[in-house]
Amino acid sequence: MKLLKLQRTMARAVMQPLTASERMQRKAPDGRAMRSYAARFIKPNDRLTSFERLEIYNRQYWFRLFSSMTEDFPGLRSVLGERRFDAMCKAYIVDCPSRSFTLRNLGAKLEGWLRAHPSWAGKKQTLALDITRLEWADIEAFDGEAKPALRTEDLAGAAGAELRLQLQPYVRLLDLHYPVDDLLLAVRKDDEDTDFASNAFQERRKRKHVRAVAKLKPGAVFLVVHRIDNSVYFRRVSVEEFAVLNFLRQGKALGKALDAAFRKSKMPLGERAESVQQWFENWATLGWFCQPEKKPAAH
Amino acid sequence: MPANKFNGFTDYGIGIGLRAPHYDHILSRKPVVDWFEIISENFMIDGGRPLQILDQILEQYKVVQHGVSMYFGSAEKPNREHLRRLKELVKLTKTPWVSDHLCWGSVDGRYTHDLLPMPYTFEAAKVTAQKVREVRDYLEVPVAVENVSSYAEFHVSEMTEWEFLNEVVERADCGILLDVNNIYVSSQNHSFDPMTYVNSVPAERVAQIHIAGHSKYRKYILDTHDHPVIDPVWKLYDRAIHRAGHTATLLEWDDSIPSFNEVHDEAKKANKFLASSVLATAV
Repeated sequence: MKLLKLQRTMARAVMQPLTASERMQRKAPDGRAMRSYAARFIKPNDRLTSFERLEIYNRQYWFRLFSSMTEDFPGLRSVLGERRFDAMCKAYIVDCPSRSFTLRNLGAKLEGWLRAHPSWAGKKQTLALDITRLEWADIEAFDGEAKPALRTEDLAGAAGAELRLQLQPYVRLLDLHYPVDDLLLAVRKDDEDTDFASNAFQERRKRKHVRAVAKLKPGAVFLVVHRIDNSVYFRRVSVEEFAVLNFLRQGKALGKALDAAFRKSKMPLGERAESVQQWFENWATLGWFCQPEKKPAAH
Repeated sequence: MPANKFNGFTDYGIGIGLRAPHYDHILSRKPVVDWFEIISENFMIDGGRPLQILDQILEQYKVVQHGVSMYFGSAEKPNREHLRRLKELVKLTKTPWVSDHLCWGSVDGRYTHDLLPMPYTFEAAKVTAQKVREVRDYLEVPVAVENVSSYAEFHVSEMTEWEFLNEVVERADCGILLDVNNIYVSSQNHSFDPMTYVNSVPAERVAQIHIAGHSKYRKYILDTHDHPVIDPVWKLYDRAIHRAGHTATLLEWDDSIPSFNEVHDEAKKANKFLASSVLATAV
């Protein structure tokens, strides 16, 4: 068997989902018995059959990828419940196997995939999408690029209304339908506590999670996921502030971004100037804007 | 012997893997450590805390890069984005050499994130050596390939694992990261004499040595990096450094990670063997 053919043959078996009891399936990807499939290319030894040797790799693959998903999406796990989350992960990984050299990117397509497969979340679809978006934003904010922060001198000579400000690449803007930021922080707190907890405590925690998710009432939340001193934070902002940030990210000039953001705003006219000034002070303190990219010199 | 072209003519001592649970200890206590090995992929990112930590480590320590997903043995071409990011990191760390595994793990662009065993064929050796050369030429630093622990063997194999390793490194003219724990694990899983393996490796190509612990199951041994090094592995290590000389040595501990001091103390047990190898060389 040539190298490429052998690797394809083995990879198909390794990436085939495990049974409910976390063993290798009896049927191979080509429909034949897995015992004969494995025996075609793997030698048995005096302790293990070809099937059993292949199964070691099959199990390692799924345990490793499940572990990565569980680590990255604890909030979604609490929304769906552990068993449904595990089943969903299996389906997701089959449809969207890793195509990156790093497991960091394994969940990159999860939001889109969940949108296309609403049956996994059922009535909780909106909540599930919200928490998935937040958890992915958290990953991106954690290790996203930070460009040099905007300085006062970068603004020298810029016409106010025509100013185009660039948000730091690591800053993520989320318009959510549920307060999932509170939920995720609670889940993390619980996970920290249970590192040292008994089984009975963990059972109580599970029930507490279910109650917390059941109680979560819908409500619009405008959230900025950002980082300070390399730790990720969630900051809720008003709809108007969120809109300005969003328009600026889209490349609108400051004047147009402000006009568009306040177009349907209920904020009293008299409060707007003061609010905008306060936002700018906050944004500057938090370092959310970066220096404009220098245009290449014309030849 | 230890400082050779495969480790950038460096003379490193005993290092340990840089792992997140130890960050605070290392940065606050600044323990004396010869060098740290980093998992390259953990730092091939755009920004944030991991890179900040790495910058702080680089201010005080020597760092060597070790990769887990180059997959020299995969039949497909190297991932260009992977190479680009790896080279950026090489420039940042100034690592004297780069290591990754003699295995495969991706096919048709799909990654298993595992170190899958090679079929020991001449075709595979040729493909692997070509890829090692491409990676080394792109990165412009010496490359060392590491033997992996394995749990399966293939019917198509035409040689032993150590013959395959030799075939690859000769064809690629690259170094070896000799993992004596992996040799032990595979020897138990495939019933061969691990000392034969150690004695068959071209000593002049050994750029670095790995030591680690593993987990024993009823029918096989799994390379888990979650225990101290056992005596039979120390014996292989002893033999390896008697052949290769005072070689850069690294303890891997990746799961159930104990305190920094416990890991460092375990690594420093290698000193006893290194000292005797120096004496033997002097005599």
